[in-house]
Amino acid sequence: MDNLSLLMDGFGAVLTPQNLLFACIGVLLGTFVGVLPGIGPAMAVALLLPVTYGLDPIGAFIMFAGIYYGGMYGGSTTSILLNTPGESASVMTALEGNLMARAGRASQALATAAIGSFIAGTIGTLLVVFFAPALASVAVEIGAPSYFALMVLAMIMVTSVLGGSPLRGFIALFLGLTIGLVGLDLNTGQPRLSFDQPLLADRIDVVVVAVGIFALGEALWVAAHLRRSPLHVIPVGRPWMDRADLRRSWGPWLRGTAYGFPFGALPAGGAEIPTFLSYLTEKRIAKRKGVDEFGKGAIEGVAGPEAANNASAAGTFVPLLALGLPVTATSAVMLAALQGYGIEPGPGLMTDQPELVWALLASLLIGNALLLVLNLPLAPVWAKLLRIPRPQLYAGILFFAALGAYAANLQAFDLFLLVLLGLLGLAMRRFGLPVLPLILGVILGPLMEFRLREAMAISGGEVAGLWSEPLAVVIYVVVALAVIAPLVLRRVRPAPAAVAEDLDIPAVEEEKVR
Amino acid sequence: MSTPLDTHPDTPGTPAAAAAEPQRDMAQLGLAAVLVVVGAYTFYDATTLRIGFGDPVGPRVFPYVIGAVTVLLGALLAVATMRGDVPEAEGGEDVDLRQPADWLTVAKLVGVLMVTVLTISFLGWAVSGAILFVGSAWSLGSRTLVRDVIVGFVLSVSSWYAFHEGLGVILPAGILDGVL
Repeated sequence: MDNLSLLMDGFGAVLTPQNLLFACIGVLLGTFVGVLPGIGPAMAVALLLPVTYGLDPIGAFIMFAGIYYGGMYGGSTTSILLNTPGESASVMTALEGNLMARAGRASQALATAAIGSFIAGTIGTLLVVFFAPALASVAVEIGAPSYFALMVLAMIMVTSVLGGSPLRGFIALFLGLTIGLVGLDLNTGQPRLSFDQPLLADRIDVVVVAVGIFALGEALWVAAHLRRSPLHVIPVGRPWMDRADLRRSWGPWLRGTAYGFPFGALPAGGAEIPTFLSYLTEKRIAKRKGVDEFGKGAIEGVAGPEAANNASAAGTFVPLLALGLPVTATSAVMLAALQGYGIEPGPGLMTDQPELVWALLASLLIGNALLLVLNLPLAPVWAKLLRIPRPQLYAGILFFAALGAYAANLQAFDLFLLVLLGLLGLAMRRFGLPVLPLILGVILGPLMEFRLREAMAISGGEVAGLWSEPLAVVIYVVVALAVIAPLVLRRVRPAPAAVAEDLDIPAVEEEKVR
Repeated sequence: MSTPLDTHPDTPGTPAAAAAEPQRDMAQLGLAAVLVVVGAYTFYDATTLRIGFGDPVGPRVFPYVIGAVTVLLGALLAVATMRGDVPEAEGGEDVDLRQPADWLTVAKLVGVLMVTVLTISFLGWAVSGAILFVGSAWSLGSRTLVRDVIVGFVLSVSSWYAFHEGLGVILPAGILDGVL
C-alpha cells in the first residue's frame, strides 16, 4: 500500500507540537466563525485566509484543514439551535435537528452531528487517499484539449445541474469570467479591461473577490433584511448520546457517507443532493421499521444528512487535488488559498509537490479528530455565541472582511475593489444569482484560456485540435448529457421551493408560539 | 471592471409596475441592461488589443466570446423578466425577507466602508479599523456608542499587533506611528 506509507510520511511532517498547535487554533477559529449566525463554511474560510498569510505552506494547510472542518461543524450547530439553515447543504440537518432541539434533545442532536461528521470525514478523507493519486496519475497524461474540456464540464455542471435557474447560473458564470479577464493578457502582456489603471492590470486578487462576494456581499444583504425580532436560541448542555441513540445513528452515518462521497468526488458536486437523498432514505427505512419519528425530531434525520454533508466535503478534495477543479464554494476558496502560495492545483500537483498534498490529507484527518475532541465539551460555549447582538456581529464581519482584503497586498485600492465586489455580491443575492459559478469563473477562466491557447498552438490553429484526444470527446459527450439531464431531472426531483416550504412550516409555527 | 455595480438594486420594482403586474421584477431589467453594457464593453475592449505572433488564438478570442455571451444573457434575462420570471432572493439565518429591504442601512454601511478606503493610508489601520467597526455597528442600529468604541479599538489594535508579531504583516500605523 504505497498510498498509506505516503500518508504516514504526511503525518510525520504534520505531527510536530507547533503544527498541532496550528491545527487546534484552526479548529477553534473555524468553529468560532462557523457558529456565528450568517457565516457559512465558505465565508469562514474566506474570512480566515489572512490568518495564514505569515505561515509556511504546511503550517497554513494544517490550519486550513482545521478551519474547513470547524466551519462545517459550526454551521450545523447553528442550524440545529436556530431553526434556519445558513446554507443549502444544512437544510436537511435543520429540519429534524431543530425539532429535536425543541423537544429537549439538542445535546443528542449535536452529538450525533459531531460524531457523524467525524466518521464521515474520516472515511471520506481515507477514500481521497486512495482515489486522488490514482486519478492524478491518469490526469498527468491528460493533454491541454482534454483539460480544457474538463473545465468546460465543471462549469456546465455547476451552472446548470446545481441551482434552480440555469439562466442565472450562466449570468453569474460570465460575470466571473469577465472579472477573470481583468489584467495583463498572459501571452502578449497587454492589459485587458483595465481602464489604464496599473493596479487593475495587475489582476484582481482572488482573495479580494472571495471576501467581497462571500463576506461583504452577505453582510450587506443581511443588513438590508436584518431580522428585527431576535431568533429563539435553544439552550444546550454537554452533548451526549445513550446506547439507543447510538444504535439508531450508526446506520444513517454509514449510509450518509456512502451517498455523500461520490457526489463530492464527481464534478457534479455539491452536498444538496446527497443530503436530500440521505434524508429520504432514512425516513423510508424508519417507516418500514415502524418507528417513524420524522416530523417529531428523529435522530436518524440528523445523523444521515450530516454524515452525507461531511463525506461530500471530503470528496470534493478528489477533483480539487487531482484536477484543480473546485466544485463547491468552500473548495473554490480553498483553491484560491492554494494559489496564494504559488501552488498551481491541477494534474501536476500530486507529482510536483507530493509532500504538500500528503501533509494536507494528514492534516485533514487530524483536524477532524481534533474537532471531535474539542467541540463535544465546548458546545455550550459555542451556543452562547448565537446571542451576540447583531449590529456588533455584522460590524465585526465587515471589520475582518476589510482586514483580510487589505492585508493581502496592503493597498487601499483593494479595499475599494472590495466595496465594489461587495455591492456586486449584494446585487447577486437580490437577483437570486448563485455565487459559486462566479467564483469558479474568476478562478478557472484564466486557466481555461491558457489551456485553450496551448491546445490550439499544438494543433497549429486547427479547431479540430480541441477534440483530438479520445478523453476530450468523451467529456464533451458528458457535457451534452449534462445539458439535457436537468430538463429530465426537473420532472423527477422536487423543486427546491418544495423543500423550502417544508422548512417554512416550523418557522411559522414558532412565530405563533411566541 | 466597468460599471456593473452602479445600479445596485435601490429600486426594487417601481411602484407603478408592481401594481400593474405584480409578477414582474422590473429591477431585473436594470441588471439585464448592466449585463449588455458590460458585455459590449468587454467586446469593444478586445478589439483594441494587438495580436501576438505564433499564437493562433490570440488575446482577443476569449473576451470576444465572453462579451458576446454576456450581451446575449442580458437579452435573455430581459425576455425572461417580461415573461414574469422573478428571482428567488437568498434566505439566511438573520435574513427576514418578509419585510421590505432597508437600503438606507446598506448606503450607510457603504459610506462607512468608503471612509475606511480613503483614510486607511494616513490614519492607519488601528484608527481606520476602529472607525469602521463603530460606524458599521451604529449604522446597523447599535446605540451603545461607548462600548462599541472600546470594542472597536481593542479589535483594531490587537489585530494590528497580531499581524505584526504573529504573521509578519505590517499594517500601516498611520498617525499612531511610534505609539504602536
